[in-house]
Amino acid sequence: MTLLYTEVEEELRTAVRDLLADKAPAAAEGDNAAAWNGLARDIGVAGLLVPEASGGAGASAREVAVVLEELGRAVTPVPFLTSSVLATRVLLDAGYADIARLASGEATAALCVSLAASPYRDVTTAAVDADIVGKRPASVSLENERVSGRFTGVAGALGADLFVVPGEDGLVAVVEAERARVEPVVSLDVTRPLATVTFDGAPAVVLDGGSVPEALLFTAGLLASEQVGVAEWCLTTTVAYLKERRQFARPVGSFQALKHRLADLWLEVAGARAAARNAADQLASGSDARVAVAVAAAHCGEVAVRVAEEALQLHGGIGMTWEHPVHLYLKRAKADAIAFGTPGDHRTALAPLVGLPAPE
Amino acid sequence: MVDATTVRQRAEAFLAGHDPASMSPLDWLRARFDAGLAWVHFPEGLGGLDAPRDLQGLVEQLFRGTPDNNPSRIGIGLGMAAPTILAYGTDEQKKRFLRPLWTGEEVWCQLFSEPGAGSDLASLATRAVRDGDDWVVDGQKVWTSSAHLARWGILVARHDPDLPKHRGLTYFVCDMEDPGVEVRPLRQITGEAEFNEVFLTGVRLGDDLRLGEVGDGWRVAQTTLMNERVAIGSAGSPRRTMMGLFTEDWQAHPELRTHDLHRRALDLWVQGEVMRLTGQRLREQLLAGHPGPEGSGMKLLFARHHQEVSALEVEFLREDGLTYDDWTFRRADGVDFLGRGAGYRYLRAKGNSIEGGTSEILRNIVAERVLGLPAEPRTDVAVPWKDLPR
Repeated sequence: MTLLYTEVEEELRTAVRDLLADKAPAAAEGDNAAAWNGLARDIGVAGLLVPEASGGAGASAREVAVVLEELGRAVTPVPFLTSSVLATRVLLDAGYADIARLASGEATAALCVSLAASPYRDVTTAAVDADIVGKRPASVSLENERVSGRFTGVAGALGADLFVVPGEDGLVAVVEAERARVEPVVSLDVTRPLATVTFDGAPAVVLDGGSVPEALLFTAGLLASEQVGVAEWCLTTTVAYLKERRQFARPVGSFQALKHRLADLWLEVAGARAAARNAADQLASGSDARVAVAVAAAHCGEVAVRVAEEALQLHGGIGMTWEHPVHLYLKRAKADAIAFGTPGDHRTALAPLVGLPAPE
Repeated sequence: MVDATTVRQRAEAFLAGHDPASMSPLDWLRARFDAGLAWVHFPEGLGGLDAPRDLQGLVEQLFRGTPDNNPSRIGIGLGMAAPTILAYGTDEQKKRFLRPLWTGEEVWCQLFSEPGAGSDLASLATRAVRDGDDWVVDGQKVWTSSAHLARWGILVARHDPDLPKHRGLTYFVCDMEDPGVEVRPLRQITGEAEFNEVFLTGVRLGDDLRLGEVGDGWRVAQTTLMNERVAIGSAGSPRRTMMGLFTEDWQAHPELRTHDLHRRALDLWVQGEVMRLTGQRLREQLLAGHPGPEGSGMKLLFARHHQEVSALEVEFLREDGLTYDDWTFRRADGVDFLGRGAGYRYLRAKGNSIEGGTSEILRNIVAERVLGLPAEPRTDVAVPWKDLPR
């Protein structure tokens, strides 16, 4: 194992970074088809987790993490995390036959689970809005192969071609987008907007063997790398600004009060990178990654928010404007710290794993 | 380049020819040094094999259970004096000092800080005046661990007060047996004396005890200080950790657990694990040949973590936290951050953000050397030392 980046990983990073600089220069809001086409078709990121025999690249969580760092640095609105990581992971485990559609990036999928879902809670009941229909709407049965239900807070749903609906006992149902009603929600994170997805007796392909909690944990561990990317952009941009910005006839970055804050942030980011690399490495190795994931998610989630908040403050007035991109990073960081378990959820999950049981 | 196979062969051959049971520990250690297996990254003839630094771990693994040089007793020699002598010493100095330093025959101490020169080390006032072939040293040093045991000290002194402060410094090896050296224990908040005050009065040092050129003292001292911060901040992955001790208490006393303490303990567990991983990544970078000033960052993390965990431990222990094992004024044998009770650990950890560069100075170093932020405007750099306001 290594916590550094391999040469192959660095090459992947460079390819993604160059492409984003070209196709998505200014962290644009909303849909970003050009960036996604380039990432999926030219670089092949959509199929990183898919085995080569199924039309993918047969890569591991380590490479996925590097892509996520770059997407975090650019807060690019593409469905990589939601489709190529979360939904793909569930569909791979469930043996979905048509996974090549996702691997090529020509189609994207969304798992019908709230972005706020915790890997440590049962999502099959939590995600369902019980009052919509009298029957248990999102439970998937093999008999009728039809799905009904309403799912709130779903990320990556806008523009998705497939929906993956979690059922009980490892069942998942795959529904084509034309059988779903997708309503956008005005979202805190404008670069990863949420939607409400409703099915009413939609025909579905029902599969067995998907594990939604495991996929959520896997995604939470990799989200840490996106958070490293967000934090890194905020830190680098702030350092550069403080070298340029002059007040009291000197660069404000020469004031010790600000330098000390930036030194602390740098340390936080260095720690976040080590924790995120460790989580990616453990997830790639297939060993028990629960501690590594919880540590990375707890630390990186908080670091990204802190660095983004400090970036805004240290930019002064310009940081409060819509024009300056720092708000996009703050919104992403804050949303990411709720996604797939809050830092507190992950710390609580650590208690029995590290010999610190809760009080009676 | 010497590889792992060669190192392994050398170590195994040495073990085959040197039975620790039939030799005194000192003779055994001397023989190990002469075989180049003391610190393999040092040059041949000076206890090493010119091998990559990471192969040292292999040697330590193969030599487990053999006599050791009690590294906690000679930490300053190993961690600070040795790399500085290697970098700046003459061939004679390297030959003379490194072997007894490594075997532990000669303990070293560090004569840098003064009552009037802590963070602003370059303003130090201890004078070294040339007298024929000798130097005569007068001044006062402080925070000197092991001075009462030391045969030698690494010393920075001012040879020319007319030069700006950084340029008027020269680096020496101080003979701690000179009659002008007086060592007094300095009692600390823990009750014991781990450190000393050292009074230097007319101490006579031969010019052959000068390390580096006259006027080069600041540059030589930087080598020592960078090594010190790495030594304090990145001590591998020790078997015992501050968090591990807290966890033992937590498991032993279910009746003392509260939800508030639990939340804070989990916070600190994560902090400790992140620190461990940061250190691991840093060591990987060093081995890959990309060392950097990031080592200063590790010491910042380490100081904060030690202070916060030990503080929580005292609070967790409630009535036991109100007690202390022993306030007796006595000398400490070495530096032990984890020893004794929770109260000792809490008090000793306070020094972690002061010794070896305060956390404030280290933040400046990270901000300026890692992040490239501009220095504060300064008025003390170009002025002759003797004209500085004080």
